[in-house]
Amino acid sequence: MPDAPGQPPAISLHALVREFRGRGTPMRALDGVSLDVAPGEVFGIVGRSGAGKSTLLRCVNLLERPDSGTVTVLGQEMTRLDEAALRQARRGIGMVFQHFNLLSARTVAGNIAFPLEIAGVPRAEREARVAELLPLVGLEARRDYYPAQLSGGQKQRVGIARALASRPRILLCDEATSALDPETTEEILSLIRSIRDRLDLTVLLITHEMAVVKAICDRVAVMEAGMVIEQGRVFDVFTRPAHPTTRRFVSEVIGHVVPPGTVARLPDPNPGEERRLLQVLFAGPSSTRAVVSEASRRFGLDLNIVSGRIDAIGSEPYGLMALAAYGPPNAIEEASAWMRSLGLDVSDIGEDPA
Amino acid sequence: MIPWLPPALTDLLIEAAWQTLLMTFGGAVIAIIAGLPLALLLHTTGPGGLLPNGWINRPIGLLVNAIRSTPFIILMVAIVPFTRLVAGTSIGTTAALVPLALAATAFIVRLFENALREVDRGVIEAARAMGATRTQIMARVLVPEALPGLIAAITVTLVGLVGYSAMAGAIGGGGLGDLGIRFGYQRFMPEVMATVVAILILFVQGLQSLGDWLVRRFSRR
Repeated sequence: MPDAPGQPPAISLHALVREFRGRGTPMRALDGVSLDVAPGEVFGIVGRSGAGKSTLLRCVNLLERPDSGTVTVLGQEMTRLDEAALRQARRGIGMVFQHFNLLSARTVAGNIAFPLEIAGVPRAEREARVAELLPLVGLEARRDYYPAQLSGGQKQRVGIARALASRPRILLCDEATSALDPETTEEILSLIRSIRDRLDLTVLLITHEMAVVKAICDRVAVMEAGMVIEQGRVFDVFTRPAHPTTRRFVSEVIGHVVPPGTVARLPDPNPGEERRLLQVLFAGPSSTRAVVSEASRRFGLDLNIVSGRIDAIGSEPYGLMALAAYGPPNAIEEASAWMRSLGLDVSDIGEDPA
Repeated sequence: MIPWLPPALTDLLIEAAWQTLLMTFGGAVIAIIAGLPLALLLHTTGPGGLLPNGWINRPIGLLVNAIRSTPFIILMVAIVPFTRLVAGTSIGTTAALVPLALAATAFIVRLFENALREVDRGVIEAARAMGATRTQIMARVLVPEALPGLIAAITVTLVGLVGYSAMAGAIGGGGLGDLGIRFGYQRFMPEVMATVVAILILFVQGLQSLGDWLVRRFSRR
């Protein structure tokens, strides 16, 4: 974990269990989830619908109370607070919703001022704060509009301004862009990013879109069936997904390493030789350096480039290449070891593109 | 004043119209004042509410249903002792207000409850996430967001009360309906009946138009 040493996590979830008893068998929405979110980072939780990510997010401000486990936010153990203290703590946690959840009877300004009103902030102060927030989200001209008169993106901007009104240090985003078109999504994501940079904010967001994670998250946790199946830096999870579910998620955004159907079209190996599919990942400066042709010459292999792409996650560029290697088994091993010695990440991905 | 009616009847008509107004609006005001807190209580204690509690919710729900399922003419007679207790008498316009208010309250509670239920749950959740108390959620989220629905419910109740008030004649409540029965029907004066009906139609139309206008005025969706 990349948190600065000695700095306690902004959000710490420990062994959360939440079961829903409906008709029939009880459903475990959370099955022992533990997570730490470092101060200042944007942490994404990704998963299919029903994976438990929404329940998890709602446990942070205890909109959903876990059956067991502890929730600690900014050093305060939320699960122990009485109702009044919990309300107070919630005021320090902003929340943005998929369907905006704005008050239809209030104007933009009225919506942004609402959490301040709840907290008993005097009118003059509320108005001053609204005047500060409107330009931050680019809605100065929409001050007196009602939500019904706004576009989806504008509504979410109001939602974000409202979430920031009481100067929270934590921002929870519940599928904040899932109801928006791609262009507006991009807009809202860059707004969230710029807010995080400008304010002292830790962001925990849930989404079912890996593209959102790629665009703004520092770290990510992948959830399935109420459990975190994989977590780490976004770069690592994208470039070296370990769990099959994660691999499927990643491939949604960056495509398959080996496009389906490719293997069937590859020529068979000569007798006494072998064919292996290698995935080569080069991150940062090591780059290509004619690795393929050199490996081919040195180890007497036929190296067939099946696919390749250069991309960046955050500000980190990376290249991902799939090679079909033909030759004696030991030569393939040696070539792999040599490439690893150059700082490349080489893995045998078999012939089943998961 | 009304050319086709004898002057004495005109006076009676004016008095009856006043009684109808009194019973309709008096009943409605009491129903709103009693009904809104009850509806909020039912909404709050109902399944999925802010503070679910079947021990409060179910008895109130049952009582409301019991009153609603009793035909008004029966209810009026059945609660005479209660009416005497509250109004000091069981005859007259004031006495008629007691069963009218009771029936209207039971009626409006369910309509209010429906209007409150129409409020987007997400908005309530957002308020909870901001640290709002239950009282704040009721006063600043539920009621303002449900306002158009609440106004529509009041309109429906007022129109219903106009109809109920006609039955109040049975316990001497007076009103236009009573006048219509006594003169138009029992004394064979169709012109009185026609006038009464015309006034009631205009009255109800006016109420409905005003209600609709207010709903539009407060609707921001």
